[in-house]
Amino acid sequence: MSYLPYLVAAWLFLVGLYGIVTSRNLVHAVICLSVVQSSTYILLLAVGFERGGTAPIFLDVPVGTKAVDPVVGALTLTDIVVGATVSALLLALAVQIFKHHGTLDPERFRSRED
Amino acid sequence: MTPTLRRRVFLAAAAVAGGLLLWGLTGLPDYGVYPGPYGDVLNAVAVDERKATNVVAAVTFDYRGVDTMGEEYILFAAVVGVAIVLRAQRGETEQLPDEDAADRRAPGTSNAVRVLGLALLGPVVLFGIYVVAHGHLSPGGGFQGGVLLATGALLVYLSGEYVTLRRVRPVALIDLAESSGAAGYVAIGLLGLAAGGTFLENVLPLGQPGALLSAGTMPLINLAVGLEVAAGFVLLISEFLEQTLVVRRPGEVT
Amino acid sequence: MIVLEVAVFLLVAAGGTAVVLTRDPLDQAIVASFYGLVLGIMFLVFQAPDVALSQIAVGAVALPLMIVLALAKVRALAGSGKDDRE
Repeated sequence: MSYLPYLVAAWLFLVGLYGIVTSRNLVHAVICLSVVQSSTYILLLAVGFERGGTAPIFLDVPVGTKAVDPVVGALTLTDIVVGATVSALLLALAVQIFKHHGTLDPERFRSRED
Repeated sequence: MTPTLRRRVFLAAAAVAGGLLLWGLTGLPDYGVYPGPYGDVLNAVAVDERKATNVVAAVTFDYRGVDTMGEEYILFAAVVGVAIVLRAQRGETEQLPDEDAADRRAPGTSNAVRVLGLALLGPVVLFGIYVVAHGHLSPGGGFQGGVLLATGALLVYLSGEYVTLRRVRPVALIDLAESSGAAGYVAIGLLGLAAGGTFLENVLPLGQPGALLSAGTMPLINLAVGLEVAAGFVLLISEFLEQTLVVRRPGEVT
Repeated sequence: MIVLEVAVFLLVAAGGTAVVLTRDPLDQAIVASFYGLVLGIMFLVFQAPDVALSQIAVGAVALPLMIVLALAKVRALAGSGKDDRE
C-alpha cells in the first residue's frame, strides 16, 4: 500500500510507451504520449503528499495546520497546460504529414520522391 | 524491423526498465510520510512574507517566477508553431463554410445545444475572470483561468456557426493579447530591476493577506499569464477550426 | 480514506490502460476525456485543488477537442481521395 502510487506511475509510464511503440496511427501515438506525461504528474504529487494534511491554501484555515507540499503542485499545474499545448503542436504536425503522405500509419510512410 | 519483432524487443527492454524503475522508486520515502524541509518551511513562512494565502501560487509566481516564465514561453512557442505549421499551403484556397448547403453531411446544431451554450457563456467567462483574479487567494491562477476563458470561445462556436466565432474573435486582437501577455511577464520582471531590486522581485506594496489587492506583483503576473494562456488556446482552437472548415484543397469534401 | 485512495489509484491505472488499448483515435478521444476527469479526481484526493482544476479544464475539454478537430481534418482530406503530390 505504501508503494501503490509509485507502482501506478511506473505502470502508466510503461503502458504509454508500449502504446507509442506499437502504434499504427499517429494521433493514437500523441494521446499515448499524454498518458506518459500524466504518469510523471502522479509521481510528483505522490512524493509531496503528507497523510492527514490539507491543501496548502490558508484562506480559511490558520497558518500552521499540516498541509501537503506546495512545490510539487506548482510544478505540476504549469506542466499540465504546457503539455496540452505541445500535444496540439504534435497534432498539427500529424495533419500536415497526412497531407503530404496520404496516411497516418507510421508503417507506411513513403518518401516524397516515389 | 517487423511489428512483432519490435513488440518483443520493447517488452524485453520494458521489463528491464520496469525493474530498475521499481528498484529506484521503492527507495523513496513511504507514501504519506513527507520528510523534506521545503514544503513545511514554505507553508509556515509564505503567508507572512508574501501576504498571499495560496502558497502554490506564491511558489509558482513569486519564489520560482523564473521557471514559470520559461514555461509560459514554451506555451507561446508551441502556439506560434501551430500557427506556422497549419498555414495555408500552395494550392489550397480559403472558402467559408455554408452551414445550410444541400450536400452537408453532418446534422445541424440542435436548439437545445444552442440555448445551453449561449446561457452558459456568461457564467463561464465570469468564472474564468474570477479564477484569474483570485489566483493568489484561493485555488486558481493565470493558467487555469486562461483555459476556462478559452472554453468560453469554444461555447460560441458550438452554439452558433463558425462565422459567428470569426466575428467575435478578431485575429489581430487575439495576437495582440497573446503577445502582450507574454511580454507583460518580462515587463513586470523589469519593474523589479527598475525599482532597485532583482529581476522579478516582488516590489509592489504587499497589503494584507486575504485582500484582493495583496501579494505585490502576483495579481499582475496572474493577469498577464491568464491573458496569454486564454489567447493562446483560442488561437489553437481557431487554427484547427480554420483548417477543418475553411481551408480547402480542390476536390475536398466537407 | 485508504479505501478511497486505493480505489482511485486502481481506476487511474485501468483508465490509462484503456486509453492505450483503444486503437481508433476517435474512440480514444472520448476515453481520454474520461481519463482526464478521473485524473482530476485523483488530484483532489492528493489534496491539490489547483492541479485538479488545471487537469479538468485541459484534459477533459481542450485536449479531446483538438484531437477531434485534427481527425475531422484528416477525414475531410481522405474523403477527397488521398495523396496529393504537389
